[in-house]
Amino acid sequence: MWPIFHKFGSPPWLYSISGAILRWLLPITLIALITGAIWGLLFTPAENVQGNSYRIIYIHVPAAVVALAGYYVMALAGAVSLIWRMKMADVAMKAAAPVGAAFTFIALFTGAVWGKPTWGTWWVWDARITSMLVLLFLYLGVVALYEAFDNKEAAGKACAVLSLVGMVNIPIIYKSVDWWYSLHQGASIKFTGETSIHSSMLYPLLLMIAAFYALFTCCLLLNMRAELLQREQRTQWVRKLIDKEVVN
Amino acid sequence: MYFDSLQAVLHMDGHGFYVWAAYAVTLVTLTATVIAPVLRRRRFLRQLAAQLKRAQGATAASARRIN
Repeated sequence: MWPIFHKFGSPPWLYSISGAILRWLLPITLIALITGAIWGLLFTPAENVQGNSYRIIYIHVPAAVVALAGYYVMALAGAVSLIWRMKMADVAMKAAAPVGAAFTFIALFTGAVWGKPTWGTWWVWDARITSMLVLLFLYLGVVALYEAFDNKEAAGKACAVLSLVGMVNIPIIYKSVDWWYSLHQGASIKFTGETSIHSSMLYPLLLMIAAFYALFTCCLLLNMRAELLQREQRTQWVRKLIDKEVVN
Repeated sequence: MYFDSLQAVLHMDGHGFYVWAAYAVTLVTLTATVIAPVLRRRRFLRQLAAQLKRAQGATAASARRIN
């Protein structure tokens, strides 16, 4: 356990392993995204009540699921950097924030566009939409707070605290459809009990959820690599890397 | 395939605008999210390389002066 922990604390190791992972994960992710989108857009039947507008589900649900999962990643990384002063956790937390914001924005935007033909309105202050908007502000808050400090160590601490406090919002988002009256429907895909979605629609949806998870991972790693280089610019391994990568 | 023609794909029984707008904005947002850190990393590598080159030149020049 501890050797792994130490390796994760090593910037050059993290930089090279993330590069190796991205080399195969990024192309697989792209193929999965394209396959899933074409499958959902063109090869699934229309929904009985909503017609074709339901096809937005193949991006809306994955984006929302991963936006929530991304928050766990950010808050967990924040906790690790607070408790163990692990610098790489701080890098991960900072890298997760803009990616999470992008996925949350997609969930909100596609939801609004889906709401218009389905509910007759772009926006309602429904519990789930409002708590997702709070999630977007939490992500953007971490991005802005990090930039607001000149002292990056203080910035990291403040952001970690903010993201941990923001964890309160996560169960609210999950439970919002049960606790309050909402235009959103309850969960259709369940780990326990009957799943109330036909398999012709379920499989492309599951593929897209997996692809969005993979894409989040890719973006997280890409952001971490950029951040690592900047933080480690005075070290020997970055100097060596420059000799190797920048030819001119 | 569910649709009969390209026309039907674009129109989607009146829902085409919503569906395609959602997918288009998603595509743009995701592309930007992937490209931004790639560009940032490249720009930084190039900057640092130039900076190191300048520093090297300066050291070489001062070494010549001393000699």
